[in-house]
Amino acid sequence: MPVYWEDVQEGTEIPPITKNCSTQQLVMYAGSSLDFYQIHYDKDFALNNNLPGVIIHGALKNAWLGQLVTNWAGPGAKLRKLSVQYRGMDLTDEDLTLAGSVSRKYEMDGKHLVECNIWMENSKGEKTTPGAATVELPTK
Amino acid sequence: MSKEIISQKMRDAIGVKSQPVSYPVERWHVKRFAEAIGDDNPLYYDSGFAKQHGYKDSVVSPTFLRCMVPEPLPIDPKEETGLDRVLDGGSDWEYFEPVYPGNTITVTSEFKDMNVKQGRMGEMFIGQVITRYSNAEGDTVATQTSTRILY
Repeated sequence: MPVYWEDVQEGTEIPPITKNCSTQQLVMYAGSSLDFYQIHYDKDFALNNNLPGVIIHGALKNAWLGQLVTNWAGPGAKLRKLSVQYRGMDLTDEDLTLAGSVSRKYEMDGKHLVECNIWMENSKGEKTTPGAATVELPTK
Repeated sequence: MSKEIISQKMRDAIGVKSQPVSYPVERWHVKRFAEAIGDDNPLYYDSGFAKQHGYKDSVVSPTFLRCMVPEPLPIDPKEETGLDRVLDGGSDWEYFEPVYPGNTITVTSEFKDMNVKQGRMGEMFIGQVITRYSNAEGDTVATQTSTRILY
């Protein structure tokens, strides 16, 4: 079901999605994005760099936050802005939740836009990856 | 706050750009990238579906352009600051035009800003780089401002 601009208010929640990232997924992401920094797949290398284990690419979390917003807004919407900050490290084999809500609804130059606060949180409820998105939504 | 780790050479580097580099957008790569993320949105592989929603073909997912790595900037902050550990601080994307398989994307980075902060592990250098992605028509399709932390 598409999300129409008229049906959205400030405070409307984006249905959360969950991820649980395997080391295999990190290798798939490394291979397809050409990011071969060893902290994302070589446990010994990560431990020697004072990390608790291999960590999830920031850019993969960025991609997931993009997925959260675009899958909610639907194929008729257009993502205009997407920002993320990496505040904390995230590890494999842990339940991670991506969520968000609409923070502003407005019209500009004939376009129907919403701004959303979005974030990813770890299984302890810590928001490791806050961000924001601006989306142009279809109208009825 | 000490600014000593920022040399005059670093300060003068604001505004310097990388050599442009061009990449073709390959259909298989767009699909593989979406699979790696675990995003099964048909917009990224089903041309017919994408056309029903006003596109000319299937499109790339929001962070696909990250695969199109810019050439290095003519100045290396690691060398200049003597800090050799790197963290990705985040990204700020802006999107202007859809990107389709078959497009050729030209990528250029520009050193935008820098700062020094006191972190848990000592002084950190925070650099911002804006990367512009443009298509064969010369339109900017997207920009990514990324924050890199050295410590």
